[in-house]
Amino acid sequence: MHADRRGLQTATRPLACRTGAPFSLTKSDAAVTISNPSLADKAAEAAARATPDGVVVRVRALSDRAIAWLFIAPTIVLLLAINIFPLFWAIYLSFTNFRANRPNAEVKNVGLGNYSRVLNDPDIWASMQTTAHFVFWTILLQTVIGFALAYLIDRKFRGHAFWTTLILIPMMLSPAVVGNFWRFLYEPQIGLFAYAVSFLTGIPTSDIQMLGSVNLAPWAIIIVDTWMWTPYVMLICLAGLRSIPDYIYEAAEVDRASNWRQFWSITVPMALPFIMLAVLFRGIENFKMFDMVNLLTGGGPGSTTEVASITLKRDAFEAWATGRSSAFAIVLFVAVFGLANIYVKALNRVKQR
Amino acid sequence: MSPAKTTTVNTAHSVVEPSSRSKRIAATLVIVYALVTMLPLVWIFLTSIKSPPDSISYPPKILFTPSIEGYCNLFTTRTRQTPEYIASLPAPDGVCDAVTRQRNMVIAGPSNFLPRFTNSLIIAFGSTFLAVGLGTLAAYGFSRFKVPLADDLLFFILSTRMMPPIAVAIPIYLMYRQLGLSDTALGMMLLYTAVNVSLAVWLLKGFIDEIPREYEEAAMIDGYSRLQAFRKVVLPQATTGIAATAIFCLIFAWNEYAFASLLTSGSAQTAPPFIPTIIGEGGQDWPAVAAGTTIFLVPILVFTILLRKQLLRGITFGAVRK
Repeated sequence: MHADRRGLQTATRPLACRTGAPFSLTKSDAAVTISNPSLADKAAEAAARATPDGVVVRVRALSDRAIAWLFIAPTIVLLLAINIFPLFWAIYLSFTNFRANRPNAEVKNVGLGNYSRVLNDPDIWASMQTTAHFVFWTILLQTVIGFALAYLIDRKFRGHAFWTTLILIPMMLSPAVVGNFWRFLYEPQIGLFAYAVSFLTGIPTSDIQMLGSVNLAPWAIIIVDTWMWTPYVMLICLAGLRSIPDYIYEAAEVDRASNWRQFWSITVPMALPFIMLAVLFRGIENFKMFDMVNLLTGGGPGSTTEVASITLKRDAFEAWATGRSSAFAIVLFVAVFGLANIYVKALNRVKQR
Repeated sequence: MSPAKTTTVNTAHSVVEPSSRSKRIAATLVIVYALVTMLPLVWIFLTSIKSPPDSISYPPKILFTPSIEGYCNLFTTRTRQTPEYIASLPAPDGVCDAVTRQRNMVIAGPSNFLPRFTNSLIIAFGSTFLAVGLGTLAAYGFSRFKVPLADDLLFFILSTRMMPPIAVAIPIYLMYRQLGLSDTALGMMLLYTAVNVSLAVWLLKGFIDEIPREYEEAAMIDGYSRLQAFRKVVLPQATTGIAATAIFCLIFAWNEYAFASLLTSGSAQTAPPFIPTIIGEGGQDWPAVAAGTTIFLVPILVFTILLRKQLLRGITFGAVRK
């Protein structure tokens, strides 16, 4: 377990932080990035010891230790109050029959009852299936289109920076506000989407009920999510492509490797860790997707687009089954966490290759 | 361009420089994608300057007379009156008044859009300021001092972001109800700060790790205290990183919907849960919704274009390791 956590940390790290400066190498970095962890640690310790604590200590100056806690404490207190405490409260609630709309009713401990109800509820399994369908197709489309775009942009044609900026815009916008507007675009009679599709394919607009039809609604949310988040995958893929040193291609050119061969033997394998990282982030995000789907379809028609978060919201804030929905929330968290961990193991194996 | 010339261009560059033909194909495809992807956004803007009948005509109108009605409807509430009553009124006061009267209505008062938009501004900027401030301090602490269990702490902080927002909202909802923080700007600010601070610490620690320790050490040997060295040496060096982090926090807080829709309903409601509720007579008032959406999106558009370098650096931060 411990190793897994370390692994996940390293995998998420490249996106968040630069590694490489010796004093920044923590143990977890060392596990993957450098071969001699103890050396890095010693260097870090030596650097810390070399810090002249009190070479010129002023009267009012605080000790390093005090400063460290002074700097870190406010963040920790805030996180304890608003992240950690509620999490434990949710765990506690998941073992009770508490209902938020009846705060004065007697709270009974129901043991694992909520969990067994959640795991045996066919509606919840249906919503998990809907979520899986959504996550699978969005990731597939975004990865294929995103990588293709990154590959094309990496041709560095004139003006590529400008067009890249334009492409990025959708991912900066509010999924809720833009998702809401897509309802208008999807209107079968007056919407631009139906009109454009019917113009291109000849299908009458009345048949293009993107949000009203049971068959099309799941695709309606996939299209909007792909429109919004393909740029994100593209950016990470672009970073991956740019990390491939030129000399590898030059060597391949000298060996007269065809473009096709270069693409499959150099480009794809070397960009793969980045692609996998993009998939991880999009996977986690889409697993918890709520805002865009809530505004586009609200889970409908029927429950065809009811992803897990929507079921959770209905349980918690419409049915007010606080205890049971807390159990469902914990199950979801454990599922994301578990899947992410397994995935990161695979990612690390690819990285080491 | 003649073939001979192309060859010289190719040899002048490195071997891996793509040929001009492949560049042209790539440019065409990327530009087509960019234009298609911009269409929904262009349509939002066009709808915002259409009159309501134009906005719902079939086929969708591309050429139309621009109208300010959407923006008028966004900022006002209106009541229907008889034509006789409207004829008896004094001359209209301003453009919006005139536009409204043409529809046999009179302006009854301001709508809730402006207060909701102001809430968005206060909560987004307030929480960004707090998150970046706290995050910078904590990141410096984690970067420069040996903090017991630092790795586990950092990991735990980050893993809370894997929770679905609705799952977090259940206990927060109960807690805020107890503390009287439900539907207050302060409550939302604290919540967004807590969500953002984990990312801020994570990003900023990377930026601060990059600043050589020697700078501070030199400053401290010259007589600076640790705090002075932090303020006068580290902070100026970290400005770019702090700016990049601030943009991310701001975008998150500005766009957030799930918490806002569950935890605010009235006085502290932000724009994202408000905009979808703008309705006219007989359904959604699309020009007004589009107007609200446009006003709401413009700040982010400007940010994206002006600060694209920092944004890119933040998103792909450190992913490029040479």
